Amino acid sequence: MPPLLEGISEAFYLILTFDPYLMRIVFLSLQVSGTAVLLSTLVGVPLGTFLGLKPAGRTRLISKLLYTLMGLPPVVAGLVIYLLFSRMGPFGVLGLLWTPAIMIIAQFVLALPIIAGLTMIAIRSRGKTIQETALTLGAGKLLTAWTVVRESRFAIFGAIVTGLGRVIAEVGAVMMVGGNIAGRTRVMTTAIVLETGKGNFELAVGLGLVLLLIAFIINSLLYRFQEGGKNSAW
Amino acid sequence: MSPLCTAVHNELNKERGLRKMRFFKQGVKKEHGKGATLYFLFPVICLMLAFLILSGCAQAPAPIAPHPQEEASAEPVEKPVEEAVADKYIIMATTTSTYDSGLLDVLLPAFMEKYGIEVQVIFKGTGQALELGQRGDVDILLVHDRASELRLVEEGYFSDRHDVMYNDFVMVGPAADPAGVKGMAKVTDAFSAIAGGGYTFLSRGDDSGTYRRELKIWEKAGVSDFRDWYLSVGQGMGDTLRMTSEMQGYTLTDRGTYLSLKDKLDLEIVLQGDPVLFNQYGVMAVNPQKHAHVKYASTQKFIDFMMSPEGQDIIASFRIGGESLFFPGKGIKD
Repeated sequence: MPPLLEGISEAFYLILTFDPYLMRIVFLSLQVSGTAVLLSTLVGVPLGTFLGLKPAGRTRLISKLLYTLMGLPPVVAGLVIYLLFSRMGPFGVLGLLWTPAIMIIAQFVLALPIIAGLTMIAIRSRGKTIQETALTLGAGKLLTAWTVVRESRFAIFGAIVTGLGRVIAEVGAVMMVGGNIAGRTRVMTTAIVLETGKGNFELAVGLGLVLLLIAFIINSLLYRFQEGGKNSAW
Repeated sequence: MSPLCTAVHNELNKERGLRKMRFFKQGVKKEHGKGATLYFLFPVICLMLAFLILSGCAQAPAPIAPHPQEEASAEPVEKPVEEAVADKYIIMATTTSTYDSGLLDVLLPAFMEKYGIEVQVIFKGTGQALELGQRGDVDILLVHDRASELRLVEEGYFSDRHDVMYNDFVMVGPAADPAGVKGMAKVTDAFSAIAGGGYTFLSRGDDSGTYRRELKIWEKAGVSDFRDWYLSVGQGMGDTLRMTSEMQGYTLTDRGTYLSLKDKLDLEIVLQGDPVLFNQYGVMAVNPQKHAHVKYASTQKFIDFMMSPEGQDIIASFRIGGESLFFPGKGIKD
């Protein structure tokens, strides 16, 4: 059987039997990327909202910076974070290297510009009107901000999904700072690289399929959420 | 909150809202100024929150423990080095070739069983592994570039270096052997023949121990003119072998990786046994005088175990498809 077909059957076998090796890797991937995106959302959405409500002219430089960072190669982010957190780097004493925590930091750095940047674009398109209307109607500052975010929620969901898609699929940064240690910092993408290197194409393809499947499930959930939002009255 | 939100939403679609907006323009401007500071505080607060969560993460137990003992591996990161309690794990940097061979899958569990210390493995090319060690990012190294190792021990970066095992490099190529390497005894002759005839040669090109050895052989063979027949692929051994097979070229590989991938490759050993191809592995600890945080005591246990009759026996009896991949001890003369 060609590796691709064999990979597909292998993938189903691994998933259906809840293969512990696979489960551990998948769980860690979700944990690392999920936490990173959550943190990026907590920082990026308020930041993007703040920037989006500013006149475009005044945020030109920071916009350019955000757009540039959206294209930051993961391996470059990984290298910089490695050098910062290496024992000889400024944060070396924390001893965070080769832990899931530093992988989260790396993916946070990768997801933040995307979530903040796309939120900024979304807010800029019609946030000002919403903000002014809300204020006019007597909403407080927090409530105004919340209203602006809520009115742009579809675009912001899009930003978050894009951010998640980027980090869960990247391999360069987590390989560099996590070290791909079996059972500790091995995630789906680094496992695929490893298994390919060892010639285990079936397992590599299987892992790739699981990665796609997870992405599909997450996107389906979010899509349903959006659809629901459209039909319901809120 | 909800009724107001609904109201806001409704207002949006009405001209009235816009008219009102113009009417209150002055007030809005002022409000915006205050709102801005509030927006600015948001990310700051969130960042602080993130740091709280992250620091929690760093100290929380490793989420996926391969062994029950690992549950507690989440020692606080600020743990003083002098602490007498046994370490739960040490981090070893080694080369892809060692890792891919599968030897560590036998060796490390045996060590774990005896000492209760887990060895976590990061595999990189020899060059990067040495770099990680010099920076103090790992505790111990198992690599194969003897000259560099000895130099770095001399410079004080590493200590307690031992010649732990050896294997050899082999030259592999297509069965048809267009360059006529089969039958040659000296690898330098083979390299000259390949360069002379312009036959495809794939190089790791990644600062690995294998690559460093290859460079030495080119130098010895007196070849310095690398043209389009010479492909530097910048990949690990496994990937390089696969590419070599696809392109039906020649490459230099460690025997172990070749044997473990043999079934998936369309390549044969075309030259072996030249003493130039002997490959000595060394184990050495990061010098605690350079990096006080390394788990020196535990690395000593590992080195002792590797050099003990038991460890050496595991190395000697490790086979793939009936063939030995590593030989214990020292295989080269100084």
